[in-house]
Amino acid sequence: MKRLFSSHFWADKDVQQLIGKQLRIGVILSSIVVFIGGMIYLSRHGHESPDYGTFAGVRQGLDNLPGIIQGIMQGKGMNVIQLGVVLLIATPIIRIALSVFAFLLEKDYLYVFITLLVLGVITFSMVGGLERL
Amino acid sequence: MTILSFTLILLAGAFLAGLLGSLTGLGGGVVIIPLLTLVFHVDIRYAIGTALIASIATSSGSASAYVKEGITNIRLGMFLEIATTTGAVVGALIAVFIPTSIVAVIFGCVLIFSAIMGLRKKREAFSDEDVSKLARDLKLNGTYPAGGELVSYKVRHVPGGYFMMTFAGVMSGLLGIGSGALKVLAMDNIMRIPFKVSTTTSNFMIGVTAAASAVVYLQRGYVSPGLCMPVVLGVLLGAFGGSRLLVKANTKWLRIVFSVVITFLALQMIYNGVNGKL
Repeated sequence: MKRLFSSHFWADKDVQQLIGKQLRIGVILSSIVVFIGGMIYLSRHGHESPDYGTFAGVRQGLDNLPGIIQGIMQGKGMNVIQLGVVLLIATPIIRIALSVFAFLLEKDYLYVFITLLVLGVITFSMVGGLERL
Repeated sequence: MTILSFTLILLAGAFLAGLLGSLTGLGGGVVIIPLLTLVFHVDIRYAIGTALIASIATSSGSASAYVKEGITNIRLGMFLEIATTTGAVVGALIAVFIPTSIVAVIFGCVLIFSAIMGLRKKREAFSDEDVSKLARDLKLNGTYPAGGELVSYKVRHVPGGYFMMTFAGVMSGLLGIGSGALKVLAMDNIMRIPFKVSTTTSNFMIGVTAAASAVVYLQRGYVSPGLCMPVVLGVLLGAFGGSRLLVKANTKWLRIVFSVVITFLALQMIYNGVNGKL
């Protein structure tokens, strides 16, 4: 019984380490991508003047993943930055997905359910068509 | 002004915001929106999209350290994330129907509230008395390391805390901020959780909450790469620098000064909102 308890304790610790590492890698990786994209963007458009005074939405292709990837293929800096932004948004979402497995390993089915619920809300916000309202 | 100089000035501003935000514990995101709208005359919708992305960056960056130390209550965070993410989606939804001038006024009020929260005297109110069956069933009670030993605490008023978290989520989705002050209020004052746990758990939740509304805003075209690039990099560098400086700085005076600055910015946001300038 005591061993069982301690093995649970270590599993918990390992999960915390893993989540901590994943969050850090996500932030570092996305900042690098944002930085690279920023350099490309500045070298091509640095001399132009910024225009954010009136809201017109972003340029076409920057508001969805296929469009972002397509722009990267054409070497557009803005799209590379946006890929970094998408990676950044994905970082906490991947943390949730990791937690589902962590709670499964611990056989804590209540929290598997709770975590899946959170994942469900986020998935709904992604594919629920809320942006068209 | 060219894009190059605009980017560099914004980078410096975001660096300062991240530095002060992490030194004072108020978070860098709160000043990003006034910085963009009042100083750079950026449309508030772009500002909201940018601030959301910045808050994901700072929250995930600092959460990684706290989670490793075992201070964050992961189950509590997970459970309350149901409330904050549903709130955030609702907030992003109603944002379309609320005029930007009203958004600016609400933002100003939340900002003033954050400043007051940052200045108030903190008094620990947690106890080890086990009174909530719901907290027990949901396994929300926990321990945290302090001075080499584990301090245990019991969570109270779960429904009240959950409700307050939903509200914090709505504000986060509507205004594009982490609304850490509201989250900490729910956890400290209602659920009676130790400060160290509530601040780190709040931080842990901000990233997921912001991500829930960020996907909606990204698809709506609010997230502009030209603004996100300097702001995200600046805020991250500033927050990192702040965590290095934290031991040396006199944070009490800094908190007062920063709160005054925030209140001033908030009043300006409200003034501009009322006059329909935002």
